[in-house]
Amino acid sequence: MSAKDLRHPIKRARGLGSAQSGVGHWWMQRVTASALVVLGLWFLVTVLRLAHADFATAHALVARPWNAVLLIAFVIAMFWHAVLGLQVVIEDYVHTRWKEVSLLVLVKFLAVLGALASVLAVLRIALGA
Amino acid sequence: MADTPRPLSPHLQIYKWQVQMLTSILHRATGVVLAVGTLIILWGLLALAGGSEAYARFAACIGSSLGLLVMFGWTWAFAYHLCNGIRHLVQDAGAGYAIAQFVRSSWLSIIGSLVITLLVWAFVLTSGGAA
Repeated sequence: MSAKDLRHPIKRARGLGSAQSGVGHWWMQRVTASALVVLGLWFLVTVLRLAHADFATAHALVARPWNAVLLIAFVIAMFWHAVLGLQVVIEDYVHTRWKEVSLLVLVKFLAVLGALASVLAVLRIALGA
Repeated sequence: MADTPRPLSPHLQIYKWQVQMLTSILHRATGVVLAVGTLIILWGLLALAGGSEAYARFAACIGSSLGLLVMFGWTWAFAYHLCNGIRHLVQDAGAGYAIAQFVRSSWLSIIGSLVITLLVWAFVLTSGGAA
């Protein structure tokens, strides 16, 4: 802030703050975490049911509508939560600005690709395409 | 950051060891591990969508001794991040901030994660052999 600025610093801190995102990151981390508590436990049980299954059994189990829906919800919440978490880790430990920004964008790209590929895979299994 | 020489805060070795330090760093470490582990989930889904041969290759890799070791580690990382994540959600709600509660909930996360991991693998190993 320049010395000429007559505006009180609290003006920048209030509301959404200087980054203009407010508590958005923090809140979405908790929202996705809450979803993952339930979806993660469901996923663990589902994976255990698949542990000794052959291809046809595993395929049929994932193809069941509710399993497919919950699986898609799980992978979206999972990749979203991973992006939010990795973002904090990168911001904490990578201190060269261009490396930090590049890594942040790379992680986002990879997570979106991962989420899209996972969703397509589940849809392909569920719809039998 | 680090452009100007500034006084630094005392680093880790200065502090007496406390269990909360372990639960804190483990939460971050298991989070990073699980983020990498998303690729295994992605691989499994793609294999299942790709047909029986692709799935057989995936199952063979997961069922190998290295694969089982990775899955065992993944199970613990998942169980720990889940237990400690619930602990963090409780603390975010404003509960459990007394030091004694903080230490107790730390141990609860660690012990809970070990119990879940053992239960999962007891189930896997008794319900029809390794993978």
